Amino acid sequence: MSINKNQVKKVAKLSRISLEDSKLDSLSKDLDSILNFVEELNKVDTKEIEPLSSIVDKKLEPRTDKINDGKIKKEILKNSPNKNEDFFIVPKVVE
Amino acid sequence: MSDLNKSSLSEIINLIKSKKISSLEVTNHFINNIKKSKKLNSFITTCFDQSIKNAKEFDSKKNFSGLLPGIPLGIKDLFCTKNIKTTAGSKILENFIPTYESTVTQNLWSEGAILLGKLNCDEFAMGSSNETSYFGNTINPIGKDLVPGGSSGGSASALAANLTPATVGTDTGGSIRQPASFTGTVGLKPTYGLCSRWGIVAFASSLDQAGPMTKNVQDCALLLEAMSGYDQKDSTSINKKKESYSKNLNKNIKGLKIGIPKEYRIENMPNEIDDLWKKGIDILKKSGVKIVDVSLPHTKYALPTYYIVAPAEASSNLARYDGVKYGYRSKKGNNLIEMYENTRGEGFGDEVKRRVLIGTYVLSSGYYDAYYLKAQKVRKLIKNDFDHCFKNVDAILTPSTPSSAFKIAEKTNDPISMYLNDIFTVPVNLAGIPAISIPAGQDKKGYPLGLQLISNTLDEQKILNIAFAMEKNISFKQSLDRWWE
Repeated sequence: MSINKNQVKKVAKLSRISLEDSKLDSLSKDLDSILNFVEELNKVDTKEIEPLSSIVDKKLEPRTDKINDGKIKKEILKNSPNKNEDFFIVPKVVE
Repeated sequence: MSDLNKSSLSEIINLIKSKKISSLEVTNHFINNIKKSKKLNSFITTCFDQSIKNAKEFDSKKNFSGLLPGIPLGIKDLFCTKNIKTTAGSKILENFIPTYESTVTQNLWSEGAILLGKLNCDEFAMGSSNETSYFGNTINPIGKDLVPGGSSGGSASALAANLTPATVGTDTGGSIRQPASFTGTVGLKPTYGLCSRWGIVAFASSLDQAGPMTKNVQDCALLLEAMSGYDQKDSTSINKKKESYSKNLNKNIKGLKIGIPKEYRIENMPNEIDDLWKKGIDILKKSGVKIVDVSLPHTKYALPTYYIVAPAEASSNLARYDGVKYGYRSKKGNNLIEMYENTRGEGFGDEVKRRVLIGTYVLSSGYYDAYYLKAQKVRKLIKNDFDHCFKNVDAILTPSTPSSAFKIAEKTNDPISMYLNDIFTVPVNLAGIPAISIPAGQDKKGYPLGLQLISNTLDEQKILNIAFAMEKNISFKQSLDRWWE
């Protein structure tokens, strides 16, 4: 499998990353070489092998639904690039 | 006053405990060293006023307990520190000030340690040379044009240059052990789940693990003890009793069985690395260890597996950087979607973009089974290899890296050649097991080289003991002329 420039543009769209046209060539080349590198895995027989998604073999522990911090609205809003007293501000999304 | 530049963490602790030196004197010593180290660029942020205040406060206390009494430490800038800027080496977090403290750093402060500042690293820990940091390259104190390794490159550089008596890093595919190897220091990647990931900027959540970086094995055991422990806030944290690694250090390793995996003898491996490996085997034999050949047949698939699993998880983790709640926001764009795209396009560096795109691609509809699911199956086979191996041996010995530190810009044009750096370290992360890198010699150029010891899940004490015994016999020495001052 290899990846072409149009596919790279599509993946960039899905990833919400704007790409400069001038960088598209070298980026496509890099991604293609990485994908070729990982193709190696097709040589491995994985029939009847269970996928390993987590190393820690334990059940998630439930805990009581209790607030143990909070009341730091001001501190949290401070980190936002655009806010008012109570809200984060984003470009208009509804007409 | 003793020369603090020659003192280990444990020695400084003893000096403070016996009141031969104050925390303020120690703190000022490291602050002065840091002030003279601009050329190394190992710190992104410093907080000296606060360090001095904390040191004075420590000295005014009549009684103190804790493993790290009044010890100043630099910390990798991937750990969130309350009210202190935390960037993860990225433009997108250039002005981020956490409202909370990571569990690992909180554990250190609870043991008496004091923050000196935040150490440079590859952007979001994605890199093996510290060259992907938005805040510029960190230099290896071993040589003016050398990389310190990565991603914990700032940590390794600062430690080797005596800008901090010890430090903590994170290791997703080798990010503690490779820079430790490049700078002649000790670095340990613990069992996945031993140290809490809470408050560490996430890269690949099933692989990320914090660990100690120190000048010797004794310090490493001590720092691991201080930073590890169960944390309810991390759902993958292992709930077990805390170990006294430093107290239990034992250099009598007679009778242990150590495996030498033939698959790590890779093509084109430099003779110097092979010789170092042989030297390690000889030292172990002399300590009464039985050396056996072992096989880890899926080793060569570890890197390709890693470069599917890690980017896939990264692409999900990094979705949170959208320019809304914190971090950088682009001024360009006519609507919300364009704002997201421009924020991420301008805020992420090239390597991060490559990995997010690869991750999105391998997880996208139609490709998921062929890439991601396949990689998880091969990951299982890699884990099985180690499980099988540890039925017969106590630990495994390998080189830490396929080369010594390389020159700045030597590998930046070819991502794959950069990735190959982690060939000996990545399998351990995929299997979730612990490994330590210790300095074991120098190559012809005089650059340090490391050996890696790997053990089974939660067998940290075993590799610490073996490393402790080897350290005594290797007697690695490194003296730097402090050219950067």
